[in-house]
This record gives sequence, C-alpha cells and structure tokens, in this order.
Amino acid sequence: MTPVQQVAVEGFFDPTIPALLGTRCVECATVFFPAEETSCRNPHCTSTALEAMTLSTRGTVWSYTDAQYQPPPPYVAADPYVPFALAAVELEKEGIVVLGQLAHGIGVDQLSVGMEVELVTEVLYSDEEAEHLVWKWRPVNNNG
Amino acid sequence: MANDKRVAVLGVGMHPWGKWGRNFVEYGVAAAQAALADAGVPWEDIDYVAGADTIRNGYPGFIAGATFAQALGWTGAQVSSSYAACASGAAALSNARAQILAGFSDVALVVGADTTPKGFFKPVGGERRDDPDWLRFHLLGATNPTYFALYARRRMAIYGATEEDFAQVKVKNARHGLENPNARYRKEVTVEEVLASPVVSDPLRLLEICATSDGGAALVICSMEYAKKHGVSSPVTVNGVATVTPTFPNTVIEMPNFATDSSVSVPQEGRSFRASIAHAAYEQAGIGPEDVSLAEVYDLSSALELDWYEDIGLCGEGKAEQLLRDGDTTIGGRVPVNPSGGLACFGEAIPAQAIAQVCEATWQLRGQATGRQVEGATVAVTANQGLFGHGSSVVLAR
Ligand SMILES: [Zn+2]
Repeated sequence: MTPVQQVAVEGFFDPTIPALLGTRCVECATVFFPAEETSCRNPHCTSTALEAMTLSTRGTVWSYTDAQYQPPPPYVAADPYVPFALAAVELEKEGIVVLGQLAHGIGVDQLSVGMEVELVTEVLYSDEEAEHLVWKWRPVNNNG
Repeated sequence: MANDKRVAVLGVGMHPWGKWGRNFVEYGVAAAQAALADAGVPWEDIDYVAGADTIRNGYPGFIAGATFAQALGWTGAQVSSSYAACASGAAALSNARAQILAGFSDVALVVGADTTPKGFFKPVGGERRDDPDWLRFHLLGATNPTYFALYARRRMAIYGATEEDFAQVKVKNARHGLENPNARYRKEVTVEEVLASPVVSDPLRLLEICATSDGGAALVICSMEYAKKHGVSSPVTVNGVATVTPTFPNTVIEMPNFATDSSVSVPQEGRSFRASIAHAAYEQAGIGPEDVSLAEVYDLSSALELDWYEDIGLCGEGKAEQLLRDGDTTIGGRVPVNPSGGLACFGEAIPAQAIAQVCEATWQLRGQATGRQVEGATVAVTANQGLFGHGSSVVLAR
C-alpha cells in the first residue's frame, strides 16, 4: 500500500511541481515568501493587491551549514538521528534568499558558496497518518 | 562633543551568570539591590521602574517591571515592561531614558533577569503554524546556531576567515573574562582545544557557540541634574541608545525567518541592519567609531564577533580578521572588544544581557574593571541583535 503523502505544513510549497508558493505585489512587483496576503510590505507601496506565484526552482548557495546535533521539537527527527545540511539559497529573479535542508545524503563537503542548486520534494518525517513532505535543495547535476 | 540629551549612570549591578536553577526574580532583585547600593540611592527614591521581559517564566516574566517592583516593595513608582528579544534590556533603558529626558522621572531603575532551560533555545510550547519561530524548527530543523553558522561560512567564503580566526576569538574572550566575578565560565582555552571540540553547525564548534544562562543585571540612571545634586560631578553618561528596526529590504537571512525580503523592486542600499544599529546610536551621541575605547558586542558565536567589528565601524568590510590577528581587539590593543569576556564567558541571559553590556561599559569607564581594565577608557559602545528585527546599541562616555 502506498502511504498517503501530504505537505508538512500547508501553503509553503507545491510538492507536485515542485515549487515554493509566494505572492507578488501587483503594483511594485515585490515578491513575498512565505506568501504575504494582507498588504505589500514595501514601505513605499500602499498596495493590498497580491497575486499568487511560484518562485524560481533554481538558485545559488548564499551560505550553508549542517545540524550535527538533533534539533529540539517541534522538529520531528528520525530515530536514530541523522545529521542533515542546510543552505540559504539566493533566487536571482526574485531577489530573495530562501533557507532549506539539503536533499538526503548531501553533506557540507559537497557544497560551496555560489554553487547552483535546485528545489526538490522530500519526506520530512513519517507517522501513522502520512508521509509529511517539505522542500529541499539539491546540487544541480551538470552531467544531466 | 557631548550632547544635551545625556542621562547619568549612577549605579550598576549584576547577579553572577550561571545555571543556578532558581527563580528569575531572585536574580533581578539581587542585581537591583547591587545597583541601588552602587548608586547610593534608596529604593524609595526610584520614581520609574523599567523591566526587561523574559518570555520563558510565565506571566511574571511578561510584566517584569511590576514583578521586580513588587519584590522590592511597592512604592507607587511608574512602571513599564519591555520585550524586544535580545534587545529587551536596551529597550527598557530606552524607555527609562525617555522618561528622564522628558522630565517625568528623575531617577529610574532598569532591570532584567532570566532563568533558562538547558540546550538549544526552542520555541515556546504549542503548535503554532503561523509563527515563523515554530515553523523554522518544524520544517527545517533550523536552530539558532544554524544562522550563526551561515554567517560564519559566508565570512570564510567572502573574506577568507579561517576556523583558526573563529577559535582565536574564543581564546581572546576566555582570557578577558578570567577575572570577571560575574562571568559563568572562567577558564582559559587554546585554539587547539576549541578546534578539537565537536562541530555543532559546520563550521562552528561547541566551544564557539554561546550557552544559555541564568543571570540578572540592573542600572540606576538619572538626569544630569539629579546626579549633580547627588554629588556625582562626572558620572558615566548614556549618550546614545538605538533600538531601530531593519530597513526594507532586509536581504540578510535572520532568525527566525526562513527567507529574506525581496530586493526586486527596492534595491538593498546603504547599511545592513546590524550596521545601522550602532550607526543610529553614534548619530545620537555625536560620537564616531574612531572615538571608541572599547566595545561589548554580541558574540552569540565566535565568528559573529568578527561581523560586529565591521558593523560598529572598528574597521572596513572584510578587515575584521586582520584586526583580530593584529591583536587590536585584545585588552592592551587599540580597541578591545568584549573585555568582560562576552557571551563566550557569560552565556546568554536574554533580558539581562543588553543591560549587562552597559554594566561592563560603566565599570570600564570608571576604571573599576579589575583584572580586565581597558586603560584610559573614555567611550564605550555596546551592540546586540536578536530575533524578529530587534537589535540595540548604547554609546556611553565619561
Ligand atoms: Zn508593493
């Protein structure tokens, strides 16, 4: 039986594309991730019209690190704990930096500042209810 | 150089940092009593109490000003409580200073204290899917050291910082704090020992990330006129206090966010958030970084101290490593940083920490920092930054 899959928290990304879900101000084109729905946060703009959009799925590593120790709840860690890497990734078109874990198996020794990465969907944790999905970054394989 | 918007620091006091496991009120009261004794001002004369809140100790922590006022004995003083994450103590100071400068208060008590749990700071309990602090832990497992490590790695990639530089900051601060009676850790470490400690968040190691501590700190501040009447002719003065927000777009990823602002419509120009904090305090004070004798900055990680050197104007961008390597920021050097030992020796007691920075600056400017004195100090600057766009800087002079 295939387990049910669902996003860990609604509203941040679409695992089927996969892509991050943001909004864009209709007036000034400022992008918001997580999605801003009330009003534009550019202090020079008074717009309240924000349209849904998906963010670029490729970017470059602004910086990176890892978590050698298990983070506290509400993080749901595997048992036994498996360290993971994280990267802050710059999306040029949106002028935004987005944090994410690296795909399973990618460690800091495989990363460098400026490296190109792409968005992927992975299971964050599983329970009786479902496999809970999250966005992660993965180095772009230039060989195809 | 001095402006007419100064207030005097009449007394300072601290409860030693540690992991004492007692109620935070006890630390705050001890610090307040020490500051009152140092000032020679009876509690009954305090007409304004500014508390810095702790959010991990229930309702009494949210109304810290009233909690401490009650513990010291109700006197009918005006009261306020401030929360501004790591800048809470400076926010309380800012409130008290404004009351004094507006003429509503003559002499005020500023006090903050905390009791902290062991380990990583984690979000307050409950499932809150609209709270970025809850979300960053749940979705990403992004702890505070995650962010410190991102900055550290970025410094290595952009400015050529090395792991030895980061370790050297810890070695320096550990030595500075050796004789500080309020410091929690008073033990020398070597670069080798730092580099042999386990990696927490690459490239940062266990000995390079500040712990969480219990502690309390307090100030008695007053109008220049009150100080004079009190017989203090040349007090340490607070010349500038900044608690500014970032300016849109803030393009540096900061706790607890998992994305930055977008710079697509408004380009990021001018100072970064961290740099704008000290700049605002300098502007108020009419004092520049070239006048600074010493600095107390928020070394949440050893690497972050290097960022602060640039952000408070001690050197140009990318020059912090050289400043450190030249010994300029060591006691005896051109502009010692964290002569108290910094967070490396204290650990963080959030609402007390920005106040503790001002305590150290005051002792230094009075020449009372036994065993860690910066000779001939005349101007001190403090700086910190915390969650949700909070940060503070205080400029003091004598
Ligand atoms: Zn707009």
